[in-house]
Amino acid sequence: MSTQASAAVAEEHAHRDDVGSKIGIWLFLFTELILFGGMFIVYAVYRFAHPAEFHLAAIELDTFVGTVNTIILLTSSLTVALSIRAIQDGRTSLSLLLVGLTQVLAAAFLVNKYFEWSHKFSLGIYPRSPEMLNRPSGEILYFGLYFTMTGLHALHVIIGMAILGFMMVSIARGTINRTSHVRLEAGGLYWHLVDIIWIFLFPLFYLLH
Amino acid sequence: MGNPASLAAPDFYHVKTKHGGILGWILSTDHKRIGILYFVSMMVFFSIAVVIGFLMRLEMLSPGRTIVEPQTYNTFFTLHGIMMIFLFIIPGLPAVFGNFMLPLMIGAKDVFFPRLNLLSWWLFVTGGILALVSLFLPGGAADTGWTFYVPYSIRTSTNVIPAMVAAFILGFSSILTGLNFITTIHRMRAPGMDWFKMPLFVWALYSTAWVQVLATPIIGITLLLVVVERVFGVGIFDPTLGGDPVLYQHLFWIYSHPAVYIMILPGLGVVSEIIPVFARRTIFGYKFIAYSSVAIALFGSLVWAHHMFTVGMSNTGMFIFSLLTFLVSIPSAIKIFNWVATLYKGSIELEAPLLFILSFIIQFSIGGFTGLMLGVLAINIHVQDTYFVVGHFHYVMFGGTGFALFGAMHYWFPKMFGRMYAKKPAVISWLLVTIGFNVLYMPFLVMGYMGMPRRYYDYLPEFQVYHVISTVGSWILIAGLLIMFVNLLVALRRGSPAPANPWGGETLEWTVASPPPLENFHTIPAITTGPYDYSKYEKIPAEVM
Amino acid sequence: MEQHHDHRSGETTHGSSYGQFVLIWLGLLALTGITVALAGIDLGRWLIVTALVIASIKTTLVLNIFMHLKFEDRMFRIFVFVAVLTLTIFFVLTFFDYAFH
Repeated sequence: MSTQASAAVAEEHAHRDDVGSKIGIWLFLFTELILFGGMFIVYAVYRFAHPAEFHLAAIELDTFVGTVNTIILLTSSLTVALSIRAIQDGRTSLSLLLVGLTQVLAAAFLVNKYFEWSHKFSLGIYPRSPEMLNRPSGEILYFGLYFTMTGLHALHVIIGMAILGFMMVSIARGTINRTSHVRLEAGGLYWHLVDIIWIFLFPLFYLLH
Repeated sequence: MGNPASLAAPDFYHVKTKHGGILGWILSTDHKRIGILYFVSMMVFFSIAVVIGFLMRLEMLSPGRTIVEPQTYNTFFTLHGIMMIFLFIIPGLPAVFGNFMLPLMIGAKDVFFPRLNLLSWWLFVTGGILALVSLFLPGGAADTGWTFYVPYSIRTSTNVIPAMVAAFILGFSSILTGLNFITTIHRMRAPGMDWFKMPLFVWALYSTAWVQVLATPIIGITLLLVVVERVFGVGIFDPTLGGDPVLYQHLFWIYSHPAVYIMILPGLGVVSEIIPVFARRTIFGYKFIAYSSVAIALFGSLVWAHHMFTVGMSNTGMFIFSLLTFLVSIPSAIKIFNWVATLYKGSIELEAPLLFILSFIIQFSIGGFTGLMLGVLAINIHVQDTYFVVGHFHYVMFGGTGFALFGAMHYWFPKMFGRMYAKKPAVISWLLVTIGFNVLYMPFLVMGYMGMPRRYYDYLPEFQVYHVISTVGSWILIAGLLIMFVNLLVALRRGSPAPANPWGGETLEWTVASPPPLENFHTIPAITTGPYDYSKYEKIPAEVM
Repeated sequence: MEQHHDHRSGETTHGSSYGQFVLIWLGLLALTGITVALAGIDLGRWLIVTALVIASIKTTLVLNIFMHLKFEDRMFRIFVFVAVLTLTIFFVLTFFDYAFH
C-alpha cells in the first residue's frame, strides 16, 4: 500500500496538468463576470428608465479621477502580464519587481477611490442621507449603483492585491518559477478580469455626458 | 469482474489516513469520502425539512389555527423551501453521487481539484448551519418564502440576512462543485473514452455543471444586493427609493429557473444509467439523450420569466417566454421516449432501483405536463400562486429528482458501502413512498385548479377534503421513507457483503471492488467500447427491434 | 487535443514579447483617450453605443493578449463565447420585458 501511495504521488508530480488548472481559473472568472453582469443588468434597466436623471447625476462624478484610475488599472494589467513573461524567461527578480509594481498601482487606485468616496460623503451623497432622499429616484438609483458597483469592484481589487501578495511570496521562495508558474498566470488572469470590469464601469458612470 | 490486484488493496474506508477518526473524514480529499459526507449531512437537513413539511400538513388539516400561529406557518414554508431547495435538491445528486461516481465512471482516481472539493463540502455545511441558526437568532426565522421577494424582504424584521448569506455560501459551494466537474470531465477521462463513450450520467453532470457555474452567480449578486439594501439603505429594489421589485424577480428567476434544471438533469442522468442495467438493453438513442441534456441546460436558461406572468410584464415579453417554455419540454420528452423504447422488449428485472425509476417516469411526466400547462398564459393567470404550482414543482422536484435520488441510493448502495440491503423492505418502502407521494400531491393539483392559494394559512371549507387527503398521504409517505432509511441503515451493519457487480452493470464503477480501493483503479483502464454494451444479452434479432 | 494528458506544463512557448505587451498597453491608453474625448461631444443616444463598442475593443485586447486567450487551445475561446453569450441572453431577454412596456 505505501509503495502504491508513493508511486501515485510521483505520478502526480510527473503529470501536473496546467491546462486543467487554467480551465479551473477561467471557469471561476466566468462566475465573476456573471456576478458583475447581474449588476450591469440592473444598471441597464434603470438607465433605460431614467436616462435624464442618470445623465444629471453623472455630472457630479470627477471624470479626471476616473480617467486616471482607468490608466492606473490598464498599466497594472501590463505589469502583471510582463511579470509572467519575465518568469517564463527565468528572470525572477524582474518578475517580482513587476508584481510589486502591480501592487503599488492597485494601492494607488484604492487611494483615489477613497478620496472620491470621502468627497461624495462630505457633500452628503451617501445611502439614506437626507440630501440623497431629496433627490429624484433616478439619481438615488444612480448613486446606489455607483457605490455598490465600485464598492464591490474595490473589494475585488483588495482581494486581487492579496492574491498577488501570495504570488510574490511564492516567486521569492521559488515555488513559482520558470517551469512551474501556472499559479502566477491564474493570479494574472484574475487581475485582468478586475481590469475588464473597470473598463466597462468607467464609461458607464463617468462618461455619460 | 474486478481487477484481482484492486481486490487485494484495502477499500477506501480502511486505508490509513493522515488524521484518525472523525478528522480522517472531515479533512479528507478523497472524492468517495466527500460524497458520503455530503450524503450524511444532507440527510440531516432533509430530515429536518421533512419534519417541517409534516408539521405544515398537520396545520393545514383544518381551516384556521390547528397547531401553530400564522407567523410560525410563514416561517415553516420559508424554511422548508430553503432547506429542501438549497440543502437537498440542488446539491443532491451531483454532490453525493456525482462526487462518488464521476471519477469511477470515467476511469479516474479522483476529481481534478480534490481540495476544492472538500472546501465545497465545508461551505455546504456552513451554509446549512447558518440557515438553521437563523431560526434562533433574535427576530425569528425568515418569513418571506424561499423566494425572498422585495419589498417585503427589505422591510421584514425577521432574519432575512442570515438566510440570504447562507444561500450565498451554498451557491458558492455549488459553483465550486460545477467548476470541479467540468475540469474533471475535460481532463481526466481514461484513454479511449471520447465524449460519446461517456456514461449518460456523466453527460448529465457536465450539463448541470455549466448551469451551476454560469447561473448561480446571478443569485449571488441578487441576494448580495438585497443584503446591501437592508444594511446600508442603498436604493436598488425598494420602490420607495425608485427601485423596481419586478427587476428583483427577473434576477432571482434568472438563476432559480436554471436551478430547477440543476436539480433535474442529474436525475435524468440516473434514469439513463439504471434503465439499461435492469432492461439488459443498451440505451435507445444514446446521442439523443446526450444532446438533450445539453439542450435542456441551454433552453432552461431562457425561460425564467414564466414565474412572473402575473406581475405586469410587457405582452411581448410574456409571449416570448411562454413560447420558450414550450420549447424546453421537447428535449425532456425526447428522453422519456428513449427510455420507454429501451424498456420495450427488454429483459426487465424489477429490482428496487428500477421501481423508483418507473415511478420517476410517471411522476416526472405529470410534473412536466403540468409545467407545460403553467406555461400557457391563459391558464397561468388562474393558477399562478395556487396549489397547482406547488403540486407541479413537487411532482418534478420530489416525484422526479427525489425519486431518482432514491433510485440512485438503491442502485449504488452496494458499491458505496459494500453491502446488499434486504430487497423486500426496499420494495415495500417503494410502494408506500409512491402511494404516499401521489396521495399527498395529486390533491394539490386539483385544489389549486379550483383556486386554493399557496402559502395561505387559512382557507375556505370547500378545500378541506383535499387537505385532509393530502395530509394522510404525507403520513403514508413518511412511513415509506422511514422504512426505506431504516432498511438501508440496517444493511450497513447486517447486509451481506456485496460483490463488485451485483446488478450486472456495464459502466466502469462496477469493475472495481465494492467498496472501491482508495485510488479506484490499480491501473487506469483503456476504453474501447461505449458504456452500455449489453450485446451479449441480446437474443432478439435486429430486424424485430 | 484534449484526449491525451499534457505532461509537464502544457505551457505555450509562444505568446507575446515585452514589446508587444507595451504596444497593446499603448493601444489601450489611446482607446481610453478616444472614449474620454468623445464624451465631450454631443452624440446623444450614440454616446453610450460608441462607449460600449470601445470598451469591448479594449476588452478584446486584454482577453486575447494580456490573458493569452489568442494562444490557448480553441476550447478556451469557445468557453469564453458561451459565458459571454449567456450573459448577453440574460440582458436581451430581460429587455424583452422592459423595452416593450
